[in-house]
Amino acid sequence: MAEVEETLKRIQGQKGVQGIIVANSEGIPIKSTLDNSSTVQYAGLIHQLVMKARSTIRDIDPQNDLTFMRVRSKKNEIMIAPGESICWELLLNEFHSPKMKRCYSS
Amino acid sequence: AKSTKAATKKKEEAVETGTGWEEWSQGKALVRPPDQMELTEAELKEDITRILTANNPHAPQNIVRYSVKERSYKPINVVDQMAVHCVLEGSLVHQDSEEARKLRVKEVDGGDVEEAADEDRPDSAVSRINKKEPKVTNQFNFSNRASQTLNNPMRDRICQTEPPPRSSFSATANQWEIYDAYVQELQKQEKNKEKQKGMHSQKDNGKSKKVMLMETQSEDVTKWTMASKILERTISQNTFDDIAQDFKYFEDASDEFREQEGTLLPLWKFQYDKAKTLSVTALCWNNKYQDLFAVGLGSYNFSRQGCGMLLFYSLKNPAFPEYIYPTSSGVMCLDIHAQHSHLVAVGFYDGCVAVYSLKEEGQEPVYKSTAKTGKHTDPVWQVRWQSDDMDNNHNFYSVSSDGRVVSWTLVKVSRGDIHFVAVLYLIGKASLKYSCYSSGTSFDSHKQIDYMFLVGTEEGKIHKCSKTYSSQFLETYDAHSMAVDTVKWNYFHPKVFVSCSSDWTVKIWDHTINTPMFVFDLQAAVGDVAWSPYSSTVFAAVTTDGTVHVFDLSVNKYEAICQQLVVDKKKTKLTHVEFNPIHPVIIVGDDRGYVTSFKLSPNLRKKPKAKKGHELPKGPEVEVAKMEKLLSLLREPDQNSRGKSQHWTGR
Repeated sequence: MAEVEETLKRIQGQKGVQGIIVANSEGIPIKSTLDNSSTVQYAGLIHQLVMKARSTIRDIDPQNDLTFMRVRSKKNEIMIAPGESICWELLLNEFHSPKMKRCYSS
Repeated sequence: AKSTKAATKKKEEAVETGTGWEEWSQGKALVRPPDQMELTEAELKEDITRILTANNPHAPQNIVRYSVKERSYKPINVVDQMAVHCVLEGSLVHQDSEEARKLRVKEVDGGDVEEAADEDRPDSAVSRINKKEPKVTNQFNFSNRASQTLNNPMRDRICQTEPPPRSSFSATANQWEIYDAYVQELQKQEKNKEKQKGMHSQKDNGKSKKVMLMETQSEDVTKWTMASKILERTISQNTFDDIAQDFKYFEDASDEFREQEGTLLPLWKFQYDKAKTLSVTALCWNNKYQDLFAVGLGSYNFSRQGCGMLLFYSLKNPAFPEYIYPTSSGVMCLDIHAQHSHLVAVGFYDGCVAVYSLKEEGQEPVYKSTAKTGKHTDPVWQVRWQSDDMDNNHNFYSVSSDGRVVSWTLVKVSRGDIHFVAVLYLIGKASLKYSCYSSGTSFDSHKQIDYMFLVGTEEGKIHKCSKTYSSQFLETYDAHSMAVDTVKWNYFHPKVFVSCSSDWTVKIWDHTINTPMFVFDLQAAVGDVAWSPYSSTVFAAVTTDGTVHVFDLSVNKYEAICQQLVVDKKKTKLTHVEFNPIHPVIIVGDDRGYVTSFKLSPNLRKKPKAKKGHELPKGPEVEVAKMEKLLSLLREPDQNSRGKSQHWTGR
């Protein structure tokens, strides 16, 4: 558990991270770094999305399962890592576009 | 004529009577109709006989029918002469007939069907008809009496019960839900089987309940960690997106313009806070998971010895190590088992060796040697896993400054404990009478020949030894003037190995020849040298002035094709270098605890050009052939000069 807390702190410290929500399998948030109303809103909406996505993948092949989802929008990005009884959601407020390739000269 | 006359008469009469009273008074007068036939007197008097016959004038007279018996058409004489003028069906039924009786029955009973054929029938039918007639009331003397009964009042009685509790249930029957249900069933069945096999006392049940609780908690934790790890990696992917793209796709285009030289593109930099004061003492890639590598941290400084660390990084998450093992003494060397990549052998500054298993939880090694089990008395400079021995036990070798090469075997004792069995090899100077052990500083076992290995010593000599002969060397090479830091066999060519030393040189040897094939002077103390896994002629060396030198002997035999300053010259020294087994990436460790990764530009990874039309031969044989070609070039001059060896010196 302590490891998980540490990971949470590290992720939170990365640049561009707006907030993290940890929800259980029913979509009820357990931990969050955002304010209450946003948390509830995000948790509810994302839970539905994850259920749908997971159902899609498993319908095609029941032995398969969803490991990760990224939702990129104009303004920000949401990363969702669902587990069996838990679901992590992460919000970024910067969208990192692929930069130009660097040229290196010795 | 008479008949005609009669006819005319009739007509006249008809006319007469038709016209009425006017003609009565006038008398009879013969009026001829206008369309009467004109006949002569003689013809009028002629008697024409008329015969009435019963013949039908319309009946056919000459019917011919085909007779099958005589097979011909035969005329039929007798013909039916009857002509039917009118047919009318009557509706009268004789009263004694059956049909009449049936009709009467129907009339009387109004639908009742009774069995007929009674003599009384007509009588009974008649009497019934009489009964059906309505009673006629007496018009003069009639009174109607009626009475009303008591009607009971109606009452409603209602009883209400409590409705049973209801809950609405909805579920979807997807394919995966069905699959999950089956899997759960299977697991339940297996658990039941196990329970049946075990004991049935209540105590056990209590214990099993506790075990179940713990399991669910730990399952949660593992799920948390998995999800959090995945999330962390994707965040890293985002932050280091450009590096990840470079790693995968960037090929330095300017290499086409530079004839032979190549460059190193810096990729990720790995550092850990708590390792800032330590220097990287060992690097090793994991064979199975090629994005995972191990870093051993310790200190080369004799006076400043503290604790050490063993870290595992993944290229997928450069921000934080995957596994962290703090150690009490500085780590000097490590090796990951080629097949069982969760086993890591580590050698320490205090002479101990330990084996860590990544599969186990916790920060302690699976086994650690102590003074009793025969640890070294001096720092362990190199450990190497060997192939499993005949009992399928894992074993590895370690070399140390105390002059011993020790082979450790992990023997599993019945209850699951592991302990070491040490076999010693002594490195000594064979010439002197009193045993004097020279300290070994580097070690490498041959890739193909199992029993052969090399030991480099502090005095600069390299000994080729065999596992079967523990006190004598197969060969000794006077390699360097200072301690041999690293010896490494070539991955492809079975005869070639490279050695490097703090005397600024890197030398390449053929183990059958006593003198080096190639000597390169790198202008600074060389910390480490490594062969590349993709080419038999490419190797890299790192020096204390912060430069990485990459050589490709098939391209340039005298100079490095890449010499690049990768860290700040004055502050940091590079200590180790390793090639990734599959990606064109090298990792370089320095004495500040940093590990930097570089991508090799295409010029450094050249494969021999194929002639047009020929397929490019692949495989280790090509590499061996390549190296052999180089070596043969060197040997020929040797033969020409009759035994005098020639050095190819590098600038």
